Amino acid sequence: MKFEEIISNLTSKFGEEFIVALHENASPKCIEINANGLVEAMQYLHGTEKLYFDSLSCITGLDNGVEAGTMEVIYNLYSIPYGHHLMIKVKLGREQPTVDSLTSIWKTADWQEREVFDLYGVHFENHPDLRRILLPADWEGFPLRKDYEHQTYYRGIKVAE
Amino acid sequence: MGLLDQKLGQGGIIITKFEDLINWARLSSMWPMSFGTACCAIEFMSTAGTPYDLDRLGIIPRASPRQSDVMIVAGTVTFKMADRVRRLYEQMAEPRYVISMGSCSNCGGPYWEHGYHVVKGVDRIIPVDVYVPGCPPRPEALIGGLLKLQEKIKGESIVAPKAIENLLAKTDA
Repeated sequence: MKFEEIISNLTSKFGEEFIVALHENASPKCIEINANGLVEAMQYLHGTEKLYFDSLSCITGLDNGVEAGTMEVIYNLYSIPYGHHLMIKVKLGREQPTVDSLTSIWKTADWQEREVFDLYGVHFENHPDLRRILLPADWEGFPLRKDYEHQTYYRGIKVAE
Repeated sequence: MGLLDQKLGQGGIIITKFEDLINWARLSSMWPMSFGTACCAIEFMSTAGTPYDLDRLGIIPRASPRQSDVMIVAGTVTFKMADRVRRLYEQMAEPRYVISMGSCSNCGGPYWEHGYHVVKGVDRIIPVDVYVPGCPPRPEALIGGLLKLQEKIKGESIVAPKAIENLLAKTDA
């Protein structure tokens, strides 16, 4: 299914104002939506027969920095039977980035969201087991944030030079 | 037939210093612990394989720290791994030696500046005897490091005045 058709599907279901922005240069092409409509939209994309995005390939976090004051969470979807791709993006406030978990739709979202939480500190509401996945549990801070400063010592080992 | 075999076959005796005998025994059977933390472990594995054949030096990788004499830290040591590496080292019986293999475990390697998760040198958690540079070091380089360690063991002494001094200092403290 073409990008335009996916958009018209979404707008006919949720209305024109549902789509915040389009990023056609992205690969796959990207639709930015409002964070509070995320679960609804994803349920639609996952459950509708002709769209059928049955695979959540990847979740990416993005920190736009202190000046911009925003963070993004980017979802890459793929439909195995139809072979079409789609990118969905939500923008969050940087102070307390919170977005709904998609674990109820795709099981794989569990670990992918944990990774974004681990490295960016994005909080996923209704996640069944939101704890660090890569870093040790007692690590301080979120390393991929633009303003991250590592601790001087970790369990008595000097961290930097 | 080697010189040793000839002598033994004739019922002869060999005279040597006890210390040399001990050192010779130690350096001829340096059993490393078979574990790796990153890509350097691949080179470690190929060093132990047929083409380079570590067995000819008496080096047989062991699967347990209790049976190992040498720890070859092959690869990046993350902070999460640091505790485990230190614990493995503590589980080894003395005398024990450490070879730091590759740039990562020497000094952090490519992660030296922005790798928040990497210990900048395994010598921050355990004492290191020999550093093998390279990213990763070729098997020849690792063998070079092992030969260097053999040299070091050859020069060790358990009875020389200095050794006794060291021992006394330890018991005093």
